[in-house]
Amino acid sequence: MNSPVDSRKFKSMNRRELLKLTPVVVLGAFAIPKLQVPLLKAGLGFSDWTSPKLFRSGHLAPTFRDSDLTPFDKFPINDYDVDDPEVELDKWSLTVTGAVQGPGEYTLAQIQALPKVRQNTRHVCVEGWDVVGRFGGARLADFLRTIGADPAARFITVECADDYYESLDMATAMHPQTLLCYEMYDRPLTREHGAPLRLQIPTKIGYKQAKYLTHLKVSHVLERVGYWEDQGYSEFYGL
Amino acid sequence: MATRVIAVEDVKTEVVTQAAYEHPFVVRLCHWGNAVSLFVMVGSGLQIFRAFPSFGAKIPQKDLINWPGSLALGGWLGGALQWHLTFMWIYIATGLLYLGYQVFSGNYKQVLFVRRDIPGVWPMVRHYFFFGSKPPVREAYNPLQKHAYTMAIGLGVLSVLTGLAIWKPVQFSWLTWLMGGFHWARLWHFLIMWALLAMVFGHLVMVVLHGWNNFVSMLTGWKKDPEYRSE
Repeated sequence: MNSPVDSRKFKSMNRRELLKLTPVVVLGAFAIPKLQVPLLKAGLGFSDWTSPKLFRSGHLAPTFRDSDLTPFDKFPINDYDVDDPEVELDKWSLTVTGAVQGPGEYTLAQIQALPKVRQNTRHVCVEGWDVVGRFGGARLADFLRTIGADPAARFITVECADDYYESLDMATAMHPQTLLCYEMYDRPLTREHGAPLRLQIPTKIGYKQAKYLTHLKVSHVLERVGYWEDQGYSEFYGL
Repeated sequence: MATRVIAVEDVKTEVVTQAAYEHPFVVRLCHWGNAVSLFVMVGSGLQIFRAFPSFGAKIPQKDLINWPGSLALGGWLGGALQWHLTFMWIYIATGLLYLGYQVFSGNYKQVLFVRRDIPGVWPMVRHYFFFGSKPPVREAYNPLQKHAYTMAIGLGVLSVLTGLAIWKPVQFSWLTWLMGGFHWARLWHFLIMWALLAMVFGHLVMVVLHGWNNFVSMLTGWKKDPEYRSE
């Protein structure tokens, strides 16, 4: 053991060591109401910045056997205002706008003419529950080619008959499991599940998978992100 | 690894005592940063749980427990997710910095529970819970402490992995699969939280029992009058 340190010097050593912990005190900024909102927004923003980096275009969401399916009547119906926005199904068409070569109205028959995909995938709700459902529809990627979407565009925005709105990054929109879904459990979509057309995206959380689609826009900049995102939820929320 | 012990001479009385540098700066920084973030993760996690307080089916929903909102953080699901998705980065960063420091500095030997510590566990348990005599103190952490902290660090790693399995069940589908699927991963995440809380409770009881001098060592690194001497 070395020669003794005098107690005054030991005290100042202790004080210096204590002061080194001030970075922890900085976390107290989260307790200040004025700073809390922007700090949490930045934190959520950081999560939304890392999430697209974890997304892999060629990586498929797990698919399930028919025996793993949640029974149709046990598939929850979540919406933000009404179960049935009373879409006039025989007059329905999808309005396409934005950075596309063929803007205009597209009928359900035109979408159903595209190659049909059926998949049993997991649906995860932000609330914490999950179900496995059977979905059928056209790949959004195929539809984007049909309407001549600008390959350099970055976002897809949709609007719905119940005034809900959502958006997708282009990488997710082009993913082979991202569907314009018109069937559940091999039957046409029921009104509560979004008839006649909804998004079905196994790589996204439930609230990104909008129902009762009426408009689809291809764009380079994002004007509106989505209904729940505007309330403070994650913008990307990829699974 | 021997902890550094110095002699301190009181300037007035000239009495010489000893002081041990038990907790290096990085360990203390990570300890407090991790403690704050764990508190936020548990509080916001319980608020997230309140949105679906069940591990069964959604239809019919059978609630496990109606956890009071006053014992949760964030106010609503979206708010709690903001806290959770912010502080998880601080939780992970302090955890990784701690693990990296411990491994590269060799300081892990102070706390890692190894085979050699096994015989010392029972005498400590007997001392703490059955009024047995106190085994001699030879180093900063006794075998039972090493066991507790090694377990706690393991639980910390598992809390991150189970969290990743329910945040990104598609990109990390192998991890979710390893946990038994999304449903189970969510349950594991919840159970690991309670295991960590149990460990924190025991830890706080021991902190109170061991008094101020011991508590201060996690702030300054130095513990006065350690029961062991430098080798």
